[in-house]
Amino acid sequence: MEFETVIGLEIHAQMKTDSKIFCGCTTSFGSPPNTNTCPVCLGLPGSLPVLNKRVVEFAIKMGLATNSTINATNQFARKNYFYPDLPKGYQTSQFDRPIIEHGYVDIEVDGEHKRIGITRMHMEEDAGKLIHDDYEPFSYVDLNRTGTPLLEIVSEPDLRSPRQASAYLKKIHAILRYLDICDGNMQEGSFRCDANISLRPFGRDELGTRTELKNMNSFRNVQAALEYEERRQRDILLEGGSITQQTLLWNPDTEKTEPMRGKEDAHDYRYFPCPDLIPVEIGDSWIAQVRKTLPELPDQRKSRFLREFDLPEYDAAILTESRELADYFETAVKRYAQPKKVSNWMMTELLRELKGGSISECRVAPEQLGELLDMIEQGTISGKIAKAVFGDMLESGLDPGIIVKKKDLLQVSDESELLAIVREIIAENPAQVTDYRNGKTKLLGYFVGQLMQRTKGKANPGLANQLFNKELTG
Amino acid sequence: MKISEKEVAHVAHLARLHLDPEELVRMTAQLDTILSYVAKLDELDTSGVEPTTHAFAISNAFREDEVQESLDRSQALANGPKQNGESFVVPRII
Repeated sequence: MEFETVIGLEIHAQMKTDSKIFCGCTTSFGSPPNTNTCPVCLGLPGSLPVLNKRVVEFAIKMGLATNSTINATNQFARKNYFYPDLPKGYQTSQFDRPIIEHGYVDIEVDGEHKRIGITRMHMEEDAGKLIHDDYEPFSYVDLNRTGTPLLEIVSEPDLRSPRQASAYLKKIHAILRYLDICDGNMQEGSFRCDANISLRPFGRDELGTRTELKNMNSFRNVQAALEYEERRQRDILLEGGSITQQTLLWNPDTEKTEPMRGKEDAHDYRYFPCPDLIPVEIGDSWIAQVRKTLPELPDQRKSRFLREFDLPEYDAAILTESRELADYFETAVKRYAQPKKVSNWMMTELLRELKGGSISECRVAPEQLGELLDMIEQGTISGKIAKAVFGDMLESGLDPGIIVKKKDLLQVSDESELLAIVREIIAENPAQVTDYRNGKTKLLGYFVGQLMQRTKGKANPGLANQLFNKELTG
Repeated sequence: MKISEKEVAHVAHLARLHLDPEELVRMTAQLDTILSYVAKLDELDTSGVEPTTHAFAISNAFREDEVQESLDRSQALANGPKQNGESFVVPRII
């Protein structure tokens, strides 16, 4: 039997505010435990929350960027459950009246375009952090993160494959980063994703029993976990078994999904409107004001890159995946106005050297990359030497001109200087010369290689070919 | 009956309250009385009335996104039943 996979994602994005959602404690990451708390985020009796206006603005931005409805009236609700990282005994969230509903983003997988619906987005507070003792039967509670603003983004079950899920996740991530409302760091947990996945026989409308996947803290893990779970469910169904609705944790070490340990209570959150927080009203003028602050978004920027720089679709998609990368490209192109060449260098040398790290940590400034490419163009250095210089730039952060001078890497384009060496090589390799003259013209590469060795790669390759050609046939 | 013993036991469990059998009977009767009293409101026709979450007709009480000083850690931890000077200490979870 053929099955269709149905996936929906729940994304939690920490909003990049200075202070928490309901109090003035800092949201900064990495402080010593329990140093960023106050009576409000500790949930002490008698304290009252006051909503951070910027959280609402950020949510409106995200709503506008995803073609969503911004609800004119929305309301906070209490989600009740007990867990040691939740000091109040409830999470202040939104329930039946979220701030954002009915949006969508467009994704592309293997050239196929697809529109993915966004059911809703709501504002809520993050919980604290638990650290489990390795030896003693204790857990340690750090409430610094408690009250950090989150935007929860719930997709429609529109995703039909792990790759679509990954593309959607990347799109949401890119939009949040372009809007500069979330720093998007999956390792630090400022951008988190849970997934619901189920299978159903092709053609059936009714959804199969789903499992919920958690603990996938990288894009790669999200796709790997979904692929694993898709296979696991398919195997069970093909053997005539049934899927148990449960929450599974992705174990990146074993590359398997595993049931969450411990007894899991059926969810019964008893939501009710939070009496401590009055409704949020969002008028048209507020929305219009926020709209004016929207930057160019990933899709728009990609179209512009296609149009303005005449880049292939593939290049434009990768370069606009992050705002920093796109900015880097545009700055480099200002210094060296050959977009495709800049793109090639960025997508091969630069991205390889970054090894998945952020471009903002790259020591080579975009202007310096442009300068390097210009030096190749001018014949100052060869393309091969340029790669070595680039490696040096990544380490030292120095200008390419300085490195070339310091290491004496200037390309030798002086004909008489090269000709002398060419003649030396010809004199020293009579056997190869005879072979060459007898039609083994592939040996040209050997001769040029010899020249490169003697000049430490600095000989102008075009000129070298020319000289050997002339000397050997002449 | 507005509420059953089973529902009361469920809610008690969610609230992590332990009720012995005799308490369960008593609480169910009391809750039933309260719910029956409040159910009087059901007699009103509220179709066409927007759900109200607050008695005050105000909205949008915000604070600006400004960082204020947090509590000293010793103060923050002071009310915890068990702490180690850095964190609250609770029985191991998971």
